[in-house]
Amino acid sequence: MADKKIIRKSSLGELFKKIRSDGKRILAPVDRGGKILFEYVDSPGSIAPDYIQTTLSAKDTLLPRCEEMLRFRTEQKSVYLEESLNRPEPTLIFGVRPCDARSIAVLNAVYLINYTDDIYRQKIDTTTIVGVSCAKCDEYCFCTSVGGSPGDTAGSDMLLTQMDNDIYLAEILTDKGKAIAALAPELFAEGGDVDKNKHCADVPVRFDVKDLSKRLPGVFEDPVWIAQSLRCIGCGTCSYVCPACTCFDIQDETDGNRGVRLRCWDSCGFAQFTLHTSGHNPREVQSQRWRQRIMHKFSYQPDQLDVIGCVGCGRCSRTCPVDMNILQHITDILEVH
Amino acid sequence: MEEKSLYQPYLMRIAANIDETPDVKTFRLEFVKEDEGKSFSFKAGQFGEYSVFGEGESTFCIASSPTRSGYIECTFRKMGRVTKSLASREVGDIIGFRGPYGNIFPLDDWKGKSLLFVTGGIALPPLRCVIWNALDLRNNFKDITVVYGARTVRDLVYKHELEEWGKRGDVKLITTVDPGGETVEWKGEVGFVPTVLEKASPSSADTVALLCGPPIMIKLTLPILTKLGFSQDKIFTTLENRMKCGIGKCGRCNVGKYFVCKDGPVFTFAQVSQLPPEY
Amino acid sequence: MQDKIRQRAKELLAGGAVSVVIGYGEGSGNRVRAIFIQKPEDADRLILDDRCLQNLAVYLPKHEVRALGKPAIVARVPVLRSIQQLVYEQQLKEGDIAVIGVSDDGQVLDFPDLKSVGDFVSKIPLTLTPDEQAALKKLEAMSREERWNFWLEEMSNCIKCYACRASCPMCYCERCTVDCNQPQWISVPAHALGSLEWHIMRAMHLAGRCVNCGDCTRACPVKIPLALLNQRIIADIVDNFGEKAEYALAAFKPDDTEDFIR
Repeated sequence: MADKKIIRKSSLGELFKKIRSDGKRILAPVDRGGKILFEYVDSPGSIAPDYIQTTLSAKDTLLPRCEEMLRFRTEQKSVYLEESLNRPEPTLIFGVRPCDARSIAVLNAVYLINYTDDIYRQKIDTTTIVGVSCAKCDEYCFCTSVGGSPGDTAGSDMLLTQMDNDIYLAEILTDKGKAIAALAPELFAEGGDVDKNKHCADVPVRFDVKDLSKRLPGVFEDPVWIAQSLRCIGCGTCSYVCPACTCFDIQDETDGNRGVRLRCWDSCGFAQFTLHTSGHNPREVQSQRWRQRIMHKFSYQPDQLDVIGCVGCGRCSRTCPVDMNILQHITDILEVH
Repeated sequence: MEEKSLYQPYLMRIAANIDETPDVKTFRLEFVKEDEGKSFSFKAGQFGEYSVFGEGESTFCIASSPTRSGYIECTFRKMGRVTKSLASREVGDIIGFRGPYGNIFPLDDWKGKSLLFVTGGIALPPLRCVIWNALDLRNNFKDITVVYGARTVRDLVYKHELEEWGKRGDVKLITTVDPGGETVEWKGEVGFVPTVLEKASPSSADTVALLCGPPIMIKLTLPILTKLGFSQDKIFTTLENRMKCGIGKCGRCNVGKYFVCKDGPVFTFAQVSQLPPEY
Repeated sequence: MQDKIRQRAKELLAGGAVSVVIGYGEGSGNRVRAIFIQKPEDADRLILDDRCLQNLAVYLPKHEVRALGKPAIVARVPVLRSIQQLVYEQQLKEGDIAVIGVSDDGQVLDFPDLKSVGDFVSKIPLTLTPDEQAALKKLEAMSREERWNFWLEEMSNCIKCYACRASCPMCYCERCTVDCNQPQWISVPAHALGSLEWHIMRAMHLAGRCVNCGDCTRACPVKIPLALLNQRIIADIVDNFGEKAEYALAAFKPDDTEDFIR
């Protein structure tokens, strides 16, 4: 059971100070001309006052758009591997929405099961997630259809829910969360025995995800994929804003005789993703790539890793330049017989 | 340095460099660090990520047999950025290798059975590993038959080994080249692999077939194997989707619920027939 | 206007002149989206209002759209310009498509052929709006260092999703420069240098070709004002060559005496 306390909004400044002196950098949502980005902050005053969802997810910290995998130096015939500079800094991410926090389970499943990806593991081990429940949602949100909720605690080390203007309910969920509360126990008061749900947004359940997973293999050959994706232009926006998309590319870059091997985000939406050097492409056209996106998240990942590769944050639908609305498309797929 | 990271390659020294065809090469690679070589082991069917530092990584199988320790061999065609750069390396140069990755050909399960290898062009290397593995443990198997074809005589890889296998009494080797690809000295068959296979008509009794080749060859050979009495679960192949990480993380070799790198590359055609056609 | 578009679409489909009409329809929420009408009775789903800004010419080279057969396209002026440019660049030829044109004052236009599309848009100079000019002025008023920092800051948000490229009708290359790796012209990762290289390269490849439809800016998930780069080049072209400059590469002939162009 989570330890439930209350903390005043006006105490967050003090808490942030303690977290900073504890050696953690703090990332929090900041408004940059209409985009809400996770940036380093020293005080809660810089945090965006009002937003439904950040433009990019916290994934950019745990699985950065571009990061070093290894470092090398070449000298004539010899090669020397050098110590990587990709060392994670202790980080607290504040203001992560419950859907995004939930996506960490997907990242963990991909990166920690079977072969443990040490680059990712070091990052997740040194990161503390302080979630903030959603008081508002929009028509693109569907967390409740994929197992989450606006006050879901999964993935957060501590979850804050705003009760009224100055009071947050603080659910202290993990050892990392306890460690944060222990930095300033005087700020966390009793009185957390309250019903947070009435302070959370009401996100209706729009489809049965188990039913979807069960039905998808049967509609693989259906023309619905072509019909839906005719207007898809094949960019990578949906994958890159998605908190649960994990695919990457590996690129070497050199400067003189020194070089780095980098991992960078990649997307199954790109024609290049599966293209062989010979010219053969297992997924030649966009409809196959769109189908892969949906199949992977809702059929293959539940099968392989026992996670749903979608947390219902709605970012892909909000940002898609051509209005590929995932919720609408899923409901349409469920109507295929 | 601490424990070896997942993506950190072994440093390998090129010990031998063989031109197989004008655009196909074989490297023999030895571990720069002897202790890494001693603790390294793999099984037939596995692959790795070979890298030129500064250019990137490229995926191909380990073409040598696990029965030969202390080194690995790889055979590759000069195609893209990495393989072209690899091809320009010389004996003594250092390259990277990550692996071994992927599943294996279950040779232990095949004890006492006959093996039929059917392959074409640059698809011989993954089977060459199995062929040598079986020949080095010859008593474990009954008949060993190899049907290998290439477009022209020039395109046959491992020419010296083909000669060696041809001379051995315990291997039945049939080589063929496409019509028009023969030379005056050519003593093998002339014709496409499926036709030559049908003519040779090897027995399917207590036999496992291993089929690797270009898609068109596979498409035309499968019905022949079926006609010869091989069921789909007795025909093994390797899939070759594009890969980057080799360990089921980067996502690009995902086909259905499998990652070719982690759950393959070895599949039976019974398994392949259940996959979405995205390979 | 909307009724006329629907009527025209119905005629084209019913008469068999085209197999599909690419136009705008209602999307999710208050959004609009590209729709592909294949039956005359579905033509009433076509709409045209202030929200309909996407440059639909982006769909003309798309494999699955082509597979539907000959298209008609609902085309406002930026789309008409794109069609003209695609003809210049031999990506479209007479007979490939039908055009349901819409003028800036809302008239539905009939074009018997693609030459008449070119003739029509050639008479409308490609100039920048006062807002666009003001944005450029603001940028030009900066010192070089300030301007450099402005772009570095903007580009630091780039995630290399290539929505700018994917939304652009002029980015029709089967294999983009950034995807070519022998040599690796442009750094692939979305780090400071890689993103800057990418956008400079793209702006240069669009010089004299960009029709200023604004789709790159609208498509960008991190709101980088990409069109500013193209607009600056458009302003330079107008300054140096006048408003009615012909497209240089369209004037190319195989027997051109200039060596550099070959």
